[in-house]
Amino acid sequence: MKKCYINGTGCVSSQKTINTAFLQDIIVNENENVLELSVPDYKEVIPPAAARRMAKGVKNGIVASHWAMKEAGVHNLDAIITGTGMGCCIDSEKFLKALIDNKEEFLTPTSFIQSTHNTVGGQIALGLECKAYNFTYVNGAVSFESSLIDAKMQLDEEEAATILVGGVEENAEATTNFLQLTGIIKPKEQSSYSVLDSDTTGAVFSEGAVFFVLEDDKKETTYAELNDVTIYNTLEKEEVEAKLESFLKGNGLSVNDIDAVVLGYNGDTLYDGYYTILADGVLKNTQQLYYKHLSGEFNTASAFGLWVASHVVKLQEAPEVLSVNDVKAAGYKNILLYNQYRGKDHSFTLVSQC
Amino acid sequence: MSRGVAITGMGIISSIGNSVEENFNALIQSKPGITVIENITTVHKNVIKVGEIKKTNGQLAAELGLAADNNYSRTAMLGAIAAKQAVNNAGITDINEFNTGLISATSVGGMDMTERFFYDYAESDEHRRYILSHDAGDVAHKIADQLGLKGLVTTISTACSSAANAIMLGARLIKNGKLDRVIVGGTDALSKFTINGFKTLMILSDTYNTPFDNDRKGLNLGEAAAFLVLESDAVVKQQNKKVLAYLSGYGNANDAYHQTASSENGDGAFLSMEKAFKISGLAPSDIDYINAHGTATPNNDLSEGRAIIRAFGNNVPEFSSTKPFTGHTLAAAAAIEAVYSVLALQNGVVYPNLNFKTPMEEFDIVPQTELKEKEINHVLSNSFGFGGNCSTLLFSKS
Amino acid sequence: MEALKQELKEKIIDVLNLEDIAVEDVNDNDPLFGDGLGLDSIDALELIVMLDKDYGIKLADPKEGKAIFQSIETMAKYISENRTK
Repeated sequence: MKKCYINGTGCVSSQKTINTAFLQDIIVNENENVLELSVPDYKEVIPPAAARRMAKGVKNGIVASHWAMKEAGVHNLDAIITGTGMGCCIDSEKFLKALIDNKEEFLTPTSFIQSTHNTVGGQIALGLECKAYNFTYVNGAVSFESSLIDAKMQLDEEEAATILVGGVEENAEATTNFLQLTGIIKPKEQSSYSVLDSDTTGAVFSEGAVFFVLEDDKKETTYAELNDVTIYNTLEKEEVEAKLESFLKGNGLSVNDIDAVVLGYNGDTLYDGYYTILADGVLKNTQQLYYKHLSGEFNTASAFGLWVASHVVKLQEAPEVLSVNDVKAAGYKNILLYNQYRGKDHSFTLVSQC
Repeated sequence: MSRGVAITGMGIISSIGNSVEENFNALIQSKPGITVIENITTVHKNVIKVGEIKKTNGQLAAELGLAADNNYSRTAMLGAIAAKQAVNNAGITDINEFNTGLISATSVGGMDMTERFFYDYAESDEHRRYILSHDAGDVAHKIADQLGLKGLVTTISTACSSAANAIMLGARLIKNGKLDRVIVGGTDALSKFTINGFKTLMILSDTYNTPFDNDRKGLNLGEAAAFLVLESDAVVKQQNKKVLAYLSGYGNANDAYHQTASSENGDGAFLSMEKAFKISGLAPSDIDYINAHGTATPNNDLSEGRAIIRAFGNNVPEFSSTKPFTGHTLAAAAAIEAVYSVLALQNGVVYPNLNFKTPMEEFDIVPQTELKEKEINHVLSNSFGFGGNCSTLLFSKS
Repeated sequence: MEALKQELKEKIIDVLNLEDIAVEDVNDNDPLFGDGLGLDSIDALELIVMLDKDYGIKLADPKEGKAIFQSIETMAKYISENRTK
């Protein structure tokens, strides 16, 4: 069975994460309930003629994938696999509003075409003229992990050697308003919004695009080996520990072998208990890291989490801004990631130094 | 791949029937389900025809025994009905007995509710519960809830090839040993969003769709859901399961030509068929029937026809599109056509391509227009979507 | 006619998001599709809606657009002869 190496990454987020050293220019913003995107230079990557119809999610996806491929030094892909929980919200809303406002008349096709969930993957393929396998996963907070599972199987089975995989979400006005109405996004004027010291429900949201080049060969740019990924649609808090242990066992490991765990804390008091039950229990003596205070919450925020974990393994350093507890590992051989969203779409991901 | 992955159960709801049996009867009796739209108020009512399931949301909810304050989209209800049928058909009594997954597919998700309440949400909280049923993943969660399934649940959305890709992923997960059993398929309800979207592309027919006809005017949209149960050889053996058919091959490729249109020569379609042959170890000459994507848009049928000729040369087997029966059911299309492909294998029939009159001027191949009985050992089914997404599935007799 | 041409240039740039192109860059006889402005079939559908919405001209078949949308010149001519508003 072939191995799976993370050989390149590209990250567009609410932080400055393009063309900068790992977490060099971090700003911890606890004043906004929706973190603004740090807009990358689109023109550097996308010709204006091609960009003219693209909403920001598509552009961010193309930019992130461009940098991931550049870093890995790859030009040809055997598969493009994208995860996006909410898809292309901006164009969906645009078309839907026009439809309602104009009573189904004088509608134009562009926003409808761009509203399709697989627009990002399709546009990346179109730009690269890549005729390879092209899948898009759209299942909430496991959209990105589903993409990883698919990619890993294809590398295992030697159906593919070089795969581009990523997660993308974009914020759109109405969708963001709706999520505030339901309380999923924390209300405005409730700041400051601390993730770890939160006493309110809901989360601070944001958006972004994080892409990875996964290959079956280790090379100079390799960050880490992606060992395993598993997902569960629903778990009770009491079930998480057993699932975590069986996941590790499946990889010949136990909790003692884990040097650091990256947890998906988002400051939602209704659901952060899924993390604390582990943090106060089986992972008590393990170094604990978090990242959603930097990235904000969104369906594929866990891709930002993997981006963080990959860097920690590669650089053998975990910046203080990521720390949840005081435990410090001597080195970072095995890192476990656990994420869930509102008690659903749980995922365990394991990466290791190689 | 030996014989492939075993298919042990099927469920379907479409405009031609509420069960596998009803769908099959409509197909062999040439009874299409294309009508004037009834459940959605649209200004296009008189200029389009659709493959609509003649059940209201209330009726669907009652069938599923949902509470009055449920937040199921129509897409989720259709999906749950089809998935339950499939699980029953496979004789599964304990859904979590084995390591079981669910791979759903949808393009619109809960758009049917969002388009209804879009401006209401800000005004009152009456319908706000539907905000959380908008995203595509909610559909899979609802279906999993209905099945009581706990495990690997995910959703694929690659426009009109979505369900083929869900079936493909399911097969990989079984082959890879990650799952013992997986429920795979797709669901899409009609919505104003898609009706108007396809309208803007000027590819909706104002009459009944006529695949592979020289004078074809476009597609009819439809709604449907279908799910299949795939099981590992070990489970089949252990439970002495009846295998309906095998999924023997699959392939996905990208046309990388245009956002919505297919390339002139059908590159993506040709590549996806080629990959499916490679995985299955079958040759084009082994195929007895092609269930074509055949949407009846000028572009699709030309591109697909050319790709078929490239793949099959002078020996194109009988082919037909079943879209004149059901309309184009988008993300569900490949799942309902997977059910039809399995039924073709089981019953030895090629379905008629209804409404065909005039051969296309660009090539010589013509679809099968009458019901034909013959021994069928292998069926090829194509599904193509926006973003250049092309998928092929191969089904083989058990 | 000149005013209509100017109006069309502005509209096309706006509707099709041609950010990098100015009205002065578009000559009356430049091809709009292919080598000229580089418009494609999706743009053609956008222009068909523009004809309907702004000038009251309905095209039933997208193929009809091909001759009409050759250039600003052909578009202006067709619109002035067929407009209902």
